[in-house]
This record gives sequence, C-alpha cells and structure tokens, in this order.
Amino acid sequence: MPKIIIDDIEYDVPDGITLIQACELAGVEIPRFCFHERLSIAGNCRMCLVEVVGMPKPVASCAMSVNDLRPGLDGTPPTINTKSETTRRAQEGTLEFLLVNHPLDCPICDQGGECDLQDQAMAYGFDEGRFKDNKRAVEDKYLGPLIKTSMTRCIHCTRCVRFMTEVAGVQELGAIGRGEDMEITTYLERGLHSNLSANVVDLCPVGALTSKPYAFQARPWELTKTQSIDVMDAVGSSIRVDSRGKEVMRILPRINDAVNEEWLSDKARYIWDGLRTQRLDRPYMRKDGKLTPCNWDEAFAAIADRLKSSSGAKFGAIAGDLAAAEEMFALKMLAERLGSPNMDCRQAGAKFDPSLGRATYVFNTSIAGIEEADALLLVGCDPQIEAPVLNARIRKRWKQLEGHFPVGVIGADVDLTYPYVKLGAGPETLAEVASGKNGFAKTLKDAKKPMVVLGQAAFARPDGYEILALGARIVTERGAIDEGWNGFNVLHTAAARVAGLDLGFVPGEKGLDTGRMVKAAGTGELDVLYLLGADEIDVAALGDAFVIYQGSHGDKGAHRADVILPGAAFTEKEGTYVNTEGRAQMTARAIFPPGEAREDWTILRDLAKALGKPLDFETLRELRAKMYGAAPQLARLDTLEPADAGPIVKLASHAVAPEDSPFGLSIADYYLSNPIARASAIMASLSAMHADEEKATGTDG
Amino acid sequence: MLQDKDRIFKNLYGLHSWRLPAARARGAWDGTKDMIARGHGAVIEEVKASGLRGRGGAGFPTGLKWSFMPKDDPRPSYLAVNADESEPGTCKDREIMRHDPHLLIEGAMLAAFAMRAHTAYIYIRGEFIAEREILEAAVAEAYEAKLVGKNNVNGWDFDIYVSHGAGAYICGEETAMLESLEGKKGQPRLKPPFPANCGLYGAPTTVNNVETIASVPDIMRRGATWFAALGKPNNTGTKLYCISGHVNEPCTVEEEMGIPLRELIDTYAGGVRGGWDNLLAVIPGGSSVPCLPADLCSDLTMDFDALKALDTGLGTAGIIVMDKSTDIVRAIARISYFYKHESCGQCTPCREGTGWMWRVLERMANGQAEKREIDMLFEVSKQVEGHTICALGDAAAWPIQGLIRHFRHVIEERIDAGATKPISPSVPVAAE
Repeated sequence: MPKIIIDDIEYDVPDGITLIQACELAGVEIPRFCFHERLSIAGNCRMCLVEVVGMPKPVASCAMSVNDLRPGLDGTPPTINTKSETTRRAQEGTLEFLLVNHPLDCPICDQGGECDLQDQAMAYGFDEGRFKDNKRAVEDKYLGPLIKTSMTRCIHCTRCVRFMTEVAGVQELGAIGRGEDMEITTYLERGLHSNLSANVVDLCPVGALTSKPYAFQARPWELTKTQSIDVMDAVGSSIRVDSRGKEVMRILPRINDAVNEEWLSDKARYIWDGLRTQRLDRPYMRKDGKLTPCNWDEAFAAIADRLKSSSGAKFGAIAGDLAAAEEMFALKMLAERLGSPNMDCRQAGAKFDPSLGRATYVFNTSIAGIEEADALLLVGCDPQIEAPVLNARIRKRWKQLEGHFPVGVIGADVDLTYPYVKLGAGPETLAEVASGKNGFAKTLKDAKKPMVVLGQAAFARPDGYEILALGARIVTERGAIDEGWNGFNVLHTAAARVAGLDLGFVPGEKGLDTGRMVKAAGTGELDVLYLLGADEIDVAALGDAFVIYQGSHGDKGAHRADVILPGAAFTEKEGTYVNTEGRAQMTARAIFPPGEAREDWTILRDLAKALGKPLDFETLRELRAKMYGAAPQLARLDTLEPADAGPIVKLASHAVAPEDSPFGLSIADYYLSNPIARASAIMASLSAMHADEEKATGTDG
Repeated sequence: MLQDKDRIFKNLYGLHSWRLPAARARGAWDGTKDMIARGHGAVIEEVKASGLRGRGGAGFPTGLKWSFMPKDDPRPSYLAVNADESEPGTCKDREIMRHDPHLLIEGAMLAAFAMRAHTAYIYIRGEFIAEREILEAAVAEAYEAKLVGKNNVNGWDFDIYVSHGAGAYICGEETAMLESLEGKKGQPRLKPPFPANCGLYGAPTTVNNVETIASVPDIMRRGATWFAALGKPNNTGTKLYCISGHVNEPCTVEEEMGIPLRELIDTYAGGVRGGWDNLLAVIPGGSSVPCLPADLCSDLTMDFDALKALDTGLGTAGIIVMDKSTDIVRAIARISYFYKHESCGQCTPCREGTGWMWRVLERMANGQAEKREIDMLFEVSKQVEGHTICALGDAAAWPIQGLIRHFRHVIEERIDAGATKPISPSVPVAAE
C-alpha cells in the first residue's frame, strides 16, 4: 500500500487509485466536473488540480495514480497540498475560465439548486468575474423527447459523451469543432437511440442537459424525496421519487451497486406522467352495459351479489405485472376462501413451477455476479429492452474483459450494444448446445464461470417447461453450477413475477392457468374473473364472465370490467417486490392514491369482509406476518440469498421434446408494456420516435 | 561558422536531386548495415554521447528518450516521426522532406532499430502535399532498393508508413498526433502514461521530430565526438535555423548550435531590413516562445540554455525578425488568435483562456482597453500556463507574457492614445 501525505497527514492508500480518490478516503474534498467514478478518466476540466510537492506544475488529481508519484529525495512519501496557494490559484483560475463563457442565467436554469458549477463557484471561485467581453452562444441540439439542451451552458466535461459511448454503448454523442467552437452534438440531430439515454441528465454537472418533460416544473428544494424501488422491469432499480403535494414530479436513480449502480432506464425515469393520467380514482360498476361511478359499498355489494350464484370452482384470479406481494397474497387467501384453485401470476403464460424450487425461476448469478462471468449464453431474451440496466452490466463485463467475453444468442436478432454470436433461432439450437454438438458448448465448458440467461420468450410458449429443462441441462453439463457459482438465470420482465411465484400464486390442484382461465371465461365455465392489475391478457375473449378489475389505471382490463376497484400505483403504497435475482425490496409511499383509490391490500381485506369471508388479518403488519410465514424470503429485504441449486440439477434430467418454432421477442413495444406506461404521454412520444426511426430509410432527412 | 564538410543537410536548398542515387552519392544509406550490426545499445549510446537534443522544440536529450523504451515487452514498439510542422515561423522539416527525404528514412530505420521497433510512422502535416508525394516516392525507392521492408539488406526488418493529418496544429503535439494516427480526433492524451509506456495503439512508442531523426545517420556515420565537438557544451551539433520576417533575405540555414543571433541574421539573411538598429524585436523559436526586444538580441547566442536564461526558448529555431515598423501589439494579438483558433477545446484553461486573451489583446491593439487589464491579462496567461493537458496552453501564454514583459510601455501608450478616441463599449448580450 503506497503511503501518501495529504495536507500534512500521512495515509496508507490502496494500490492503483487516483489522487482524487485518495483525498476522498482522507475526507478531503477535491472539486471536479469531468471526473466520474463509473466513467473513463478524461482529465479535461482541470478543476481537480492539486499541488504535488516536487512537481513543477499542479497535477490533475483525477488522472494521477498514487503509484505514479515518487517520494521526496529524503524519503518522505509523496506530499499533496490541497489547501495551498498553488492549488487554490489553480482551482480559482479554472473556475473563472469555466464561467467565462457560461451564461449567468441561474434564475431560469433548471439545474439551479443542484448544479455542480453553482456549488463549486460558491466554494472555490472568485467573488467577481473579470471577463468583460461578449460570451459565446451555442445553438441548442435536439436529443429526443427526454433531454432538453441548453448548449450555451455546456462546460465540455464530456461526461455525456463518455456515458453514451462506454455505458450505454451507443456512439451517438460526440464533440465537433475545436477550441471555443467545440460543441457536444449528435451531429445528425436525432434523438438518442438508447434506453439509458436520460442518465446523461444526471451526469451533466451544469444545466446543459436537463430533463425535457420536467422542464420548469419544480425546484429541487421544493420536492419531497422518497427512496423507493422501480417496477417498470424486473431489475428493481433503486430510485428516489421526488414529489410535490399530490404529484410525483420526477424519478431519479439511487446508487445501489448490487442492482443498478447509479443508472436508470428511460422508462423507469419518465413513467411519472403516467401516474397522473388515466387514473381510476373511484369505484365503478356496470349498469345497463355502461360503467357508472358508485361507492365502495355498492361495488362490494355487486360482487357479493354475483358470487352468491356462483361457486368457488368458477372463480378465477389473475395477478398483473405490477402487483405487490402483499395484495397477491391477500388475493390468494381470498381465492382459497372462496374455494378456488384457479389463480395465476404468469400473465404471459411462462411455464414456471414454484414447486420445483426457487433456483429454477430466478437470476441465480445475481446482477453483480455478471462481473465475474467469463462466458454468456442468452436464450430468448433481449436484455437491452427487457432490462436495460442489466444489459449495461453485461456490457461493463465485456469492457472489463476488453472484448474477450464470448456471448452467444439463441433467439431473435437483437442489438445488445456489444458483439455476440448468433447461434440459432430456436429450441433445436438450444438442444445442440445441450448435447455438445454446437461449438458454443465448448466455449461454455472452457469458461470458469459461464452464465446462461433464459428469457420470457423462451418460456411463454407451450414447450416452455422443456426449454427450462434444456437450459438446466446446459448449465449442469457445461459446469455452470459449482461451489459459489450458479450460472442458471431466468430474466423476468415483470416486477411482480418472482414474488408471485414465491407466494405460489399459481394454479392449485386442478386449477386453471392464465390461458385456460381466459378460455374458460369465454366458454362460460368460469363465472367470475378477478384481475389484479392484469391487462396483458386478451380481454375481448372473456365472454360473459363477470370481471372484477382492481388496479390503478383505466386500461384494457378496466374497460372490460363489470366492477372496478381503484387501487394504488407503486409510488402510492408500501409494497414488497422481488426482482429477477430474488432480491426482496420494498417501495415506499411518496404520495397518496388519487380520489377514493386505496392501497390494494385494504381493498381485498374489505371485500372479503363484505363477502362474509374475512381474511385473517386486520393490519398490514398482520398481513406481512402471515405472508412471511408462507414465504420467509420476502422478509429479508435488500438481501440476496443464493437459492439451492439442487432443483436445477434435478430438472436437467427431465426428458425433453421441444417444438422447433423459433423464439420471438417477449416485449413488442418497450415503451408501452404496462398500464402506467400506456398512460404516459412521454412513453407514447418515445414509442412514436422509435417507430418512425424504424420506418426511416437512412437517406431521408 | 559551420564548414561545408560538417553539414548534415547537404541538399537543403534542392540544388541536387532528392532521389535515391543522388542521396547515396551524398552519403545516405552508407554503412547502415554496419551501424545496425553494432547493436541496439550501441546506437543509443552513440546518440547519447553526441548530446543530440530533440529538435521539435522542447530539447529533450534524444538518446535518453530512446532508452526509456522497454527492452523486452510482448507488445510491438513503434517509432512515430513528427512531421506535422505547423509552428508559425518554422520551415525546416519541410526542407528536409522536400530535398533530403532519404536522410529521414535512414534515420527512422536507425532510431527504430535502437528502440527495437519494426515499424515507423511518419505523420506529415496535411498541407504538405508536394512534400508528402516526395516522401512517399522516397519510401517506395527505399523499399524498391530493399533498404527497408522485410528481409532488407540492412538486416533489421523495418516497415515505414507515411500518414498525413488534416491541417490541425494540435496534431503536432505528440499524443494528439498518436490519437490522429489511430484515426481519432486529434486531442492530446493525459500523461502519465507516457508514450514510451503506452503510446500508439497502446504499445510503447517514441515520438521524434523530423530534424532529430534525420540527424541520426550522420551522427552514427561520423561519430558522436564529431557531433559533440560542434556547438556548445550541452547544446551540441548543428541546427536548422529558419529566419523570416523583416530581413532582407529570409532563409533556412544549417549552422552550429550557439551561433550569435546577429551573426546568423547578418551572414545568411542579408541583415535586418533597414540595418541592425532598425530592429524592434525577435521571436527566437517559433511563434510560441516569448519575444525579445532588440537590446537583448545584440549578444544573444542561439541555443537552448542561453535563451532559457532570458525566459524564452530555442523552440524550433524559427526566428521571426520584426523591425521598427512592426505594430508589436497587433503582431502578438495575431499570434494569440492563432492559438485561439488551434486550441483543441479539450481542457478548460486553454479552450476558454485563449479566446479571452485574444479578445483582450485585440482591444489593446486598438487602444480600447484599460491599463489595469494589462496586469489582468498577465495573470490570466499565468492561469493558462501549466494548467492544461498539453503545452498548447503554455504556447498561447508565453508570447503574451513576453509582450507584457518587454513592451508594456507600448500597450500603455496605445491605451492612452485610444482613450482620446471614442470607445464603443462592448454590448451586453443576453445569455440565452
């Protein structure tokens, strides 16, 4: 460990870190703009210059490794002075230069209050500028519907360029021009083509790149900040929900190295306008074929009335993609009370069986574990769409290994932002890899820590179970299950799914699954169908069944419903969600549900009472106590316990005869895949932008 | 005065052919095989002993630079020859490539051999089109004669490529040049790592100036003692001086290091226009070094150390002579504009500072400034100097510092004169 003296105190610091990190460890703050721990080092802002004794010039502390410093002639360790006259002058000078061409428009700048330049000018700058000439003005750029630009404010730190190139893997931002005339641009004036693009808004240290939908909506100090969890995909990114009054104003990522590092997908970030529109804010019931507003008692009475002339076997329940564990557990209890085995949380019909064991339906390697893998097989999934943040992690691994990271894909053609080998399109290729006939089988075998990721497109088909078994066979036979390593991974797309499976929200004995329930409703074998935020089913095929829709948004399910029970969205309740890794996390209530809408578990509790079959809990605490009894892993929030790999090995011996149709894509339109997204105007504009680009020929515009 | 027998560049003026037979007649490619047979270390030692210092401007000892190259590294080593001669007032590498390209190719081979490199790149300035054509033809001749290439007659496999820039001054900075060679935007890299450790394509690389490399064959042929006997201690050998500006006969000439400036101008350039007493100032080493007023020029010798003692530098030895008709403030403002235009824009002090300094100077040249701005300008130049990634920031700051140091009274007089004229105040413009 190198020794180093920072401001007269000697420290032992880890090998290979930079001076700025060493100072941070020592608790000394060094101002910076371009340096970012998760991006490559640019060293161009010159804000972090510090005096190193013996060096003729101040040194950029972000770019100098502690190992590159030489001790003094008398053997004293390298000495850094962060408060000396030299350092102070260098930092003041840099700040003055940055302000030379930076407009002093803080009062009308959205970055105000969270601007690095503003803060550092206060802490390290002069009291007055000496530049008296005209300032530079730069034309604003179009970067799509999410990012507002005000390029005159740009200080050319190139964080955005480095993020897009390195993390997002899309070479669409760059700098053109020279000297004062240098500009950050896409050059082609088109929206950024990445599901992670809006992270540049967070990275921008000034107000050059700000959030377009959030423009002039609020000031950061007015906002109430609530730490929560995202549910737009099954990654469960850590987020901060900023709200004012009864509205969510914006969503930002939180740092969580185990899950999302500090990135967030565009969808998760900009879903907030969907939380305001199309909301179900009061109960409805169908009268004379028309949905009419009613009160809670009337709605419950209508359901009780219908159930009286039905039986448990004719009751079905489907849980949607955004349901929290609590309400699924309550609904499961209710269905059991009614004597119904018909329930399913697998809207898309994926063939998972919780009775096989947890390891067969979670992402066993863990997201952070991707950084240890040395070979990857993707089957029927497109992580770039299904889990953009997770895809960034795979890309990070690919970069760490300097491109020596073999990635094989079985399924549709996808753009992953890193190179891959397309092995085939369907199950027969998968079988070839399993039997060792495919060349990639050897790659997996030779790898020390191989990973296989199976996506929803591989399971949501009649032979899903066979595919699962084939995956398990590849993993066991190619040595992907070892001491401390489990390379069998299922990538989910719905935030609710793993919790649903953990709770056993699947058909009981002789129960119907989603597909059969829809069919049975159509034929009249099912009288009553309870949709818990389930909109991704074919609602037109439900025939004359009595449909109860409980959820937050007036989407497909609500339109078909006979009774609507308005629930809360994920920002309005404390709900447990389990991400694709099997990590239980809890959302927090940032705002209250609109109008008469209520937290979902209370709806089920009161409905059960109205039906004369009260559930065994009165409070959320009691509900959770019961739920933890049924699925203890849900109680261990924010931790990840490796699931027992035994079931995978057992599954591998299952005889398989899959079909030969190729794997498709599990998400048709990434921006419109759930009720909240479909209510969002921002998502609609993104969807339209990408649709237009697909139509574009490349020669137009 | 340098005797003809001691000249390295015998065809500096293009009086003879540049082609291979003529170059051979002048001594090029003579005994190259024997020099290579002496071994890697011997070449480095010979160059070290000769005291050759880099001719690109910084004057770093060449032999020492070569010895930084790793000896057993699995990566390939590269020599990159910097032929991006863009410094205003400098036209020496151009002459070598025009008239003596084979010296450069031979030197590149010897240098590459010394640092165990099998490949050399010559990065030539984009505007040098005729020179590039000659250089490429000369390289083809050398390949044809099996002097270079695989299994050549000299016994060291060696490939040489000519690559050209697109007209950016910054690509003459060694790491920006490497970026440009790799096909990227020419922006300087952070150091460390230094190119000897991690240069072109991440491999060990040494970057040398054309004149440095072209001097090597003669040093090897005639011996280090011959070279070291020329010039002054620590400033040995011969040097190409480019004399331009207000002289009667502007020229490029090879002379000993440490020759008195006055002798150089009077002997070769036909003297200062209007006589020595009409001299106002001299920029001794290309536009980036501070100028010297006439009174400091009388006894000045042209070498690294003597010029450093006067807070200026030998640089590329591009001597710009200015007589008393020169508007020195306007001249430096023009130089300042050049650096503003050529700043790559990567790092803050240079990107913002060069424009700031130029604007202030421009106003000073018009007499539309305030006297307190002189000190402010000096301070700003000090804030640019030494705070940037590469030396362009220094190069932009030094001429201004020289101006203020030696010609402050001229600026003050200009401001006084300007104060009597109406000044159009700078118009405030809204930020967005």
